[in-house]
Amino acid sequence: MCVAFHNKLGEFWPFPPDRAGVTESDERGTFRHLEIAPKNEPDLWRSTIFFLRSWLISFDFPMMSSKEARSLKMLHLTTGRVGCLLSKQVVVALTSSGARMSSHGHHEVSDSVDMSQPMYWDRLDTPLPDRPWKDVLDSTDKSLKQKEKGPWTALSKEEKIALYRLKFNHTYPEMKRPSHEWKTVIGGMFIFFGITGLVVFWQGHYVYPPQPHTFGEEWQAKQVQRMLDMQINPIEGFSAQWDYKNKQWK
Amino acid sequence: MSLAKPAMRGLLGKRLRFHLPIAFALSLVAAAAFKYGVTEPRKQAYADFYKQYDATKEFNNMREAGIFQSVRPTGE
Repeated sequence: MCVAFHNKLGEFWPFPPDRAGVTESDERGTFRHLEIAPKNEPDLWRSTIFFLRSWLISFDFPMMSSKEARSLKMLHLTTGRVGCLLSKQVVVALTSSGARMSSHGHHEVSDSVDMSQPMYWDRLDTPLPDRPWKDVLDSTDKSLKQKEKGPWTALSKEEKIALYRLKFNHTYPEMKRPSHEWKTVIGGMFIFFGITGLVVFWQGHYVYPPQPHTFGEEWQAKQVQRMLDMQINPIEGFSAQWDYKNKQWK
Repeated sequence: MSLAKPAMRGLLGKRLRFHLPIAFALSLVAAAAFKYGVTEPRKQAYADFYKQYDATKEFNNMREAGIFQSVRPTGE
């Protein structure tokens, strides 16, 4: 049951295009006519999985916009690594329509990243990205890179720093620079605590049934008396705190 | 600017040589503290309780209080 849809951008989109009962020529011999989801309804399961996967993928790539995260390439690249059972459904759907994909050409949105090229990243746990920070070098940079091919003792301190800055965007201290994000996090936490508190209060007023009769003062007193009569935990616990001679708590 | 070469080997060994004796010592201290702070007083409390315990008297107290179903208080 390999069903895949594509929007005008050639990206995977789980909503079917408007085709009222038309069997396309490249679909003959397929089970298209047996698909369970009606033609003009989105495949809810596949669309949920798709959006969930893109959202989770976007955490791995903090610089990426949500549009990039939803693109076909991201799903392809990451499902290979993770191999999640849910996304295999999506990937099978994608690969089965590989021929159709290429026919759409390169309709890329202007702010999307070409994921088939080596990427640069600033990450604490992966120190060496696939490509250097500055790809296009002007003449001074080119001459410096030539000098780098010789003995490095010949480089001055400033030249070494310039070479570093050609290769990397942020240094480790710059990557680790503190931010004001914690205030937003703590503030958001307290806001949600407050909302939850209101919900709990409303719930206690409107939802809870009457308390059991065993919670009443009289019943509780009779219960305590019975526990003392039975000598519950007389050595180190409950009845150990009761003075049986003077009939009061110790 | 030439820095000294950092230590490349024996890092785990160094860490273990420092931390393991401390870990063992602290564990022993924790065990000893629990033994002499909790278990010995508890054993003493139980011993003291049962030294002066008269089971029949306590049973009759409980019977008079009316908690049993098999033996009702002597009055009824």
